[in-house]
Amino acid sequence: MGKMDKKQVLHIAKLAQLKLNLSEVEKFSSQLSETLDYVGILGELDKKVRNLPPTAQATNLKNVFREDKVKPSLSQEEVLANASATYKGYFKTKAIFE
Amino acid sequence: MELNQLTIKQAQKGLKDKEFSSLELVKSCLARIKKVDKKVKAFITVCEKEAIEQATLIDTTIQRYNDIERLFINFPLLGLPIAIKDNFCTKGIKTTAASKVLENFVPSYDATVVRKLKGRGAIILGKTNMDAWAHGSSTETSDFFTTLNPWDLQRLPGGSSGGSAAAVASEMTIGAVGSETAGSIRQPAAWCGVVGFKPTYGGISRYGLIAMCSSTDCPGSLTKTVEDTEILWKVLEGKDKFDATSTRHTRHDTRDTKFKIGVPKEYFLKEMEKEVKERVWEAIKVLGKLGFNIKQVSLLDPRYSIAVYTIIQRSEVSSNLARYDGVRYGNKRDCFGNEAERRIMLGTYTLSAGYYEAYYQKAQKVRSLICQDFGEVFKKVDLLVAPTSPSVALSVGATKESAMFGELQDVLMEASSLAGLPAINIPCGFTKVGLPVGMQLIGPQFSEELLLSVGKKYEEKTQWYKRKPKL
Repeated sequence: MGKMDKKQVLHIAKLAQLKLNLSEVEKFSSQLSETLDYVGILGELDKKVRNLPPTAQATNLKNVFREDKVKPSLSQEEVLANASATYKGYFKTKAIFE
Repeated sequence: MELNQLTIKQAQKGLKDKEFSSLELVKSCLARIKKVDKKVKAFITVCEKEAIEQATLIDTTIQRYNDIERLFINFPLLGLPIAIKDNFCTKGIKTTAASKVLENFVPSYDATVVRKLKGRGAIILGKTNMDAWAHGSSTETSDFFTTLNPWDLQRLPGGSSGGSAAAVASEMTIGAVGSETAGSIRQPAAWCGVVGFKPTYGGISRYGLIAMCSSTDCPGSLTKTVEDTEILWKVLEGKDKFDATSTRHTRHDTRDTKFKIGVPKEYFLKEMEKEVKERVWEAIKVLGKLGFNIKQVSLLDPRYSIAVYTIIQRSEVSSNLARYDGVRYGNKRDCFGNEAERRIMLGTYTLSAGYYEAYYQKAQKVRSLICQDFGEVFKKVDLLVAPTSPSVALSVGATKESAMFGELQDVLMEASSLAGLPAINIPCGFTKVGLPVGMQLIGPQFSEELLLSVGKKYEEKTQWYKRKPKL
């Protein structure tokens, strides 16, 4: 554990939809490996945490619901105000299916 | 004394007693910005026109209103200019998170924090610089420019709320709002010599705060005094229907001085600067003299929290920044800076199939251990006191090429953030060359009232806030 080679960097970049150039791939491979090495110290606590539940959120709130009722919201115009392209009141995107 | 030098408390009184107008106060801050922000570079956007209009309107209201006392009870921040970190959405005012992805983003709504400030009469003075997406502890990762430390322009203000901290320290604003995920309020406050307060997770609504690490993100304040922090906290706190993780607070009592304050020995790191240690120990002696019972305690080695925080933060970042597709708002993903890319990459890795258990889940389990550790120590003491940062402000360029600069800098704040605890940085003196040193008080969840009351006692006794940087 603790190493991220260039092939992995490219794979992760693809998953994260990031385009990296060659020097970035090189740099990230070494920097991310360094970070993974560092976080390896958690292995020292394996015995202590084996039976602990994971904590996702510290204030322990559970099931915070609201009534399922339609309420006033932003207007369509406001929602579209920052869009790069719109079409008849919709967001316009590139086609994702052939 | 110029009006921009006033604290919130003093400005409030001056406006109420009609010693000056809101317009004069706002103009005094704007004049100070014109004079010193060329050097400090704390603001991304200054809302000059809007602030002047708003102040003029408020002055008319104050003139017309008969029951001034009542007016200021209902609107405690009436006519006061406040600076806002640029990751809080402000309706009609550009909100960038200091990232090129959002360089032209103008929100259609106000963050709850902004809505509450305006609702109580505050005037938005401008939007302050930060590390892009709040990823960092220096403002050097801002995609626009680096803010400089008002005490020494060759040094960094800390971050990510570095613009807000520098704006308060250089008296360009009466007070400011920031956000903290693990040190982003406390550390710049320590380096700039101001008060920085981060409440219990959920104590202030995150609605409209550009999401970074949702399970620890927490709005808070940067002010000249603890007294001012308390005024802002009372306005900002509370449950918000737009943030399901916001919580209502149960109050702690504030018995006078019978409290026990713990000193965690692990927080005085070997590599820590000598003068930082010395100033904090002097502050602890002052707390002892004030009648608090000082007790040495032990906490988990803070180095583990760096690792836990790194994994959890990167994971949540990769998920939160996945929404930037350049379709609904903002520019395309190729506008992310290196720091954001690096964090997205690591988080995508730690959440991906085959690595989830080894990294993300393990980090969450150690997070449980950290929570338990604090739970145990708060059975013995009511509060903790420790240095905020291992060093005073570092020089410009310190972060370059360090993949984990922020995490290492924030070593003394990550554990308390992961456990959702409230904490406050309070200035506790200066080094020989005149750089500010900060100490932090950390309390159990929902102990804000106690933290602030102890902080006020220390502040009243020492009055470090009276010393100002020369610019």
